[in-house]
This record gives sequence, structure tokens and C-alpha cells, in this order.
Amino acid sequence: MKKPLLVLLALALPLAPSLTACSSDDGAGDDTLTVYAAASLTPTFTELAKQFEAEHEGVDVRLSFGGSSDLATQIQNGAPADVFASADTATMDELVQDDLTAADPQDFATNTLEIAVPPGDPAHVSYLADLARPGLKLVICAPEVPCGAAAQQVARLAGITLDPVSEEQSVTDVLGKVTSGEADAGLVYVTDVKAAGDAVEGVPFAESKKVVNTYPIAPVADSGQSDLAQEFVDLVLSDAGQQVLRDAGFGKS
Amino acid sequence: MIPRWLWVPAALGAAFLLLPLVALVARVDWAHFPELITSPASRDALWLSLRTSAASTLLCILLGTPMAMVLARTSFPGQGVLRSLVLLPLVLPPVVGGIALLYTFGRRGLLGHELDVLGVQVAFSTTAVVMAQTFVAMPFLVVSLEGALRTAGRRYDVVAASLGARPTTVFRRVTMPLVLPGLVSGAVLAFARSLGEFGATITFAGSLQGVTRTLPLEIYQLRETDVDAAVALSLVLVVVAVLVIGFARQGRGSL
Repeated sequence: MKKPLLVLLALALPLAPSLTACSSDDGAGDDTLTVYAAASLTPTFTELAKQFEAEHEGVDVRLSFGGSSDLATQIQNGAPADVFASADTATMDELVQDDLTAADPQDFATNTLEIAVPPGDPAHVSYLADLARPGLKLVICAPEVPCGAAAQQVARLAGITLDPVSEEQSVTDVLGKVTSGEADAGLVYVTDVKAAGDAVEGVPFAESKKVVNTYPIAPVADSGQSDLAQEFVDLVLSDAGQQVLRDAGFGKS
Repeated sequence: MIPRWLWVPAALGAAFLLLPLVALVARVDWAHFPELITSPASRDALWLSLRTSAASTLLCILLGTPMAMVLARTSFPGQGVLRSLVLLPLVLPPVVGGIALLYTFGRRGLLGHELDVLGVQVAFSTTAVVMAQTFVAMPFLVVSLEGALRTAGRRYDVVAASLGARPTTVFRRVTMPLVLPGLVSGAVLAFARSLGEFGATITFAGSLQGVTRTLPLEIYQLRETDVDAAVALSLVLVVVAVLVIGFARQGRGSL
């Protein structure tokens, strides 16, 4: 008869501290800044968060990366974000419409598409038109995702029809299929190719210049850390912040 | 007879499990429900899910039944370890299973070169979906059937053999009919697990309408852009799951 009680206690014990931790999050004395950023910003924002923590003693920056629209949905449902950086303006506009931003969003970077191929380019992809070659295993983002919309746009501009073997949910999923060698080619962002290092090779193409994704950033409304949030936005827009983004392959907005 | 206070956490637990389902049903856009679940993309996903789950259930039966027999009716050194390893996909995160499959059957995988020589390329094909589902679902059938085999015992097998029946005859005419309910409920569980498979599929097979985008992948894709459709399709999966549980319970009841 004692056992269920013990089990209950054992289950309840780890809950107790986490419950109190939740409630202290709302307190004003807590110096945690939560930044929601598009998945393609993972390396750069990790670096910028480190800089921010170094400049602000006692401040802890928590980063949450994911698909932009995914993160926006979470914020709309009450996720505790202080800053939001999106990979496209359309997603940010949704938050603005819902009055969920504390200040006007500011564009801080741009990104363009590049073809990613496995090392050695086994399928000999040199131009965008090669992606339409029959039998080539091409992986792109689904049209609903910003990188997929951009892929469809460059294909339209180039007058080719893409016939992918898979339409992935995020740019990292596309990259994964290329790095594992399953796909012959994928359409990802320039910065993804750069971040992947030796795992993939990039094939630039002229049409990419015509389809540019703009990244906006804004402090989130009702954040409780509005000063710190604005300071983080300022860091991203500062010369030092812009340099980190340039080094990763982002363009000037 | 249980201590009366146990009812409180039990009720809390039940509420925790059931409330999300109630919320899901409450969120359904009933006015557009028929259109939402009959759009071409939804129908493709549902049809693909049913076809692949049926195929993987069949594979589970064909390969899992002999495995359950070996585990329940023989003994050899290392059998315990083997059983644990065979059941590993039960507790393994499916995405890990997907990665493992990729490095086995993928183009650069362990068997990738051999398969390539034979002209077989599984990645991004419906075959890959079936393989991912079979990988995660097989342990359910093996566990269920092995349990049934152990419960049924060997007495009837021994009697049949002593009356001159060959091992294959005993297996076909005595053992299998005895454990049929266990086999059915194992197969139903495997079917349900296949239907819900997501992680291994998206990692190993990719996502393309009509080819590899099963119902869970379609829901995952829609949840950002068309929440109403995602909710409607989720409800379809819930209904299928309820039917499956009812079916499995009946299978067990007749034991």
C-alpha cells in the first residue's frame, strides 16, 4: 500500500522547484532575456548573445531557434519572448497586426538562395537550370515556408519547373538531406552553405540576386524586459552586430 | 478496494489526458470540416497513410511472427540481450530510428552501395515510408505475440506433435489458431503505430505529396499555414486511433 504514495512523492518532488522557478520568471528582478530567432540565425545570434552577456553582467540570454512562422505562432499563443527576429517580413507583419511588437520592426539583414550539393558535386550541378534535369534528386523547402517560396520565385524567374523528390519543412531539413548525400542538390540560403562548412559545397547562381529575403527584428510587447530587449535589438543593428552577420554571409538590408 | 484519496490524482490524470482531446474537438471548424478533410492534399495523405500502414503491418506479421516464435519457444545464449535489442525501437526516439535507417539503406549507407548496384534506391520513395513504419511498429507485434505464445503454453503443441504432426503442421494448425487474438491485437497496434509514425519518416523518407507525405507529415506541414485543416486532419487521426483501440480491446476480450 505504501508504494503508490512513494511513487507519487517521487513524481511530485522534481515538480516543486520548477513550479517556483516558473513564478519567479514574472518577477522584475530576474535578468533573463529570451530571444526568438529564425533557424538560419542560429550561429550568428549565438555569437551575439555571448557578446551581449559579456557587456551586461548578470544578464542571461536564452535563445530559441525555429521556423519563423512556428515561432510567431508560439508568440501569438503567449510564449515568453522578449525579442523576435524573423527570416521574412510577412511573418513579422503578422505580429505587428496583432499588436505584439513593442516598437516598429527594423530590417537588419538579407539573405539569398544558393544551391547546396554534397562534397565533390556527384551530380555535376553548375547552373540553376541543372536543377530541372530529369532524374536529379532535388530537395527544396515546401512552398509554405519562406525558403520554399523563394525557391519557387527563382524558378519562375528562370523559367524552369522544379520537380523535387521532397519538400521539407525547414531549410535545415533540406541541408540534412544534402549533407547525408541522399539528395543531389538542395536550395538553401547562402548563410546555410557557409555554416555547413565542408559538409556541402555551394553553387551560386545569377538569378538568386533577384529574390532577396529581408530579416526584421523587433522587441516583443509586454516583455517585462523592454529595456534589455531594445538594447539587444540595438546590438544587432550596431556595427559590431552587423559585422558578425556579414561574416556569416548575410547581406546588408 | 483502493484508498479513497487515490481518486483525486486519478481524476487529475484522466483530465490531463482527456482535456486536450476535448480542446481539439472544440477547435474543429465544423462548417468547413468536409472540405478540409477532402482537399486533394488531405486525401493523398490519408490514402498514402492507409496504404503504407497496411503494407508495414503485413511486413510486421511476416517477419515479426517468426521472431516471436523464436523468442518464446526456443532458448539460446544471448537470447535475453537479443530480445532487448529487438524491442529497442519501442523506446528509441523515432528520429533516431530515421537516422539509423538513413545510414543503413541510404545512398551512402551501409547497404547503400549494394542496393545501388541492384538498381534499388529507397530514399524519398514510398518504400522508405513503409520501412520507417515497419522499423518502429514491429516491436509492438513481437511483444504482443510473444506474450500470447507464453500464456498459451506448449501443452497443445506437445500433444499434437506426439500424435505425429510435423512442426509446420503444429505451427499452422495448433499454435497460430491458439494465439490468433494476440496476433490480431499485435497487428492492430502495429497498424496504429505505423499510422502515427512521423520522426523516422521525415528523416528517412522526406516529404512529398502523394509519395512520402503521410497524414502526420501533412498535419505538421499545415499547422503553420492552415490551422483549421491541421485540426480537422488531427481529428481524423484521433477517430482512427479510437477505432483501433476499440478493435484491439475486442481482440483481447475474445482471448
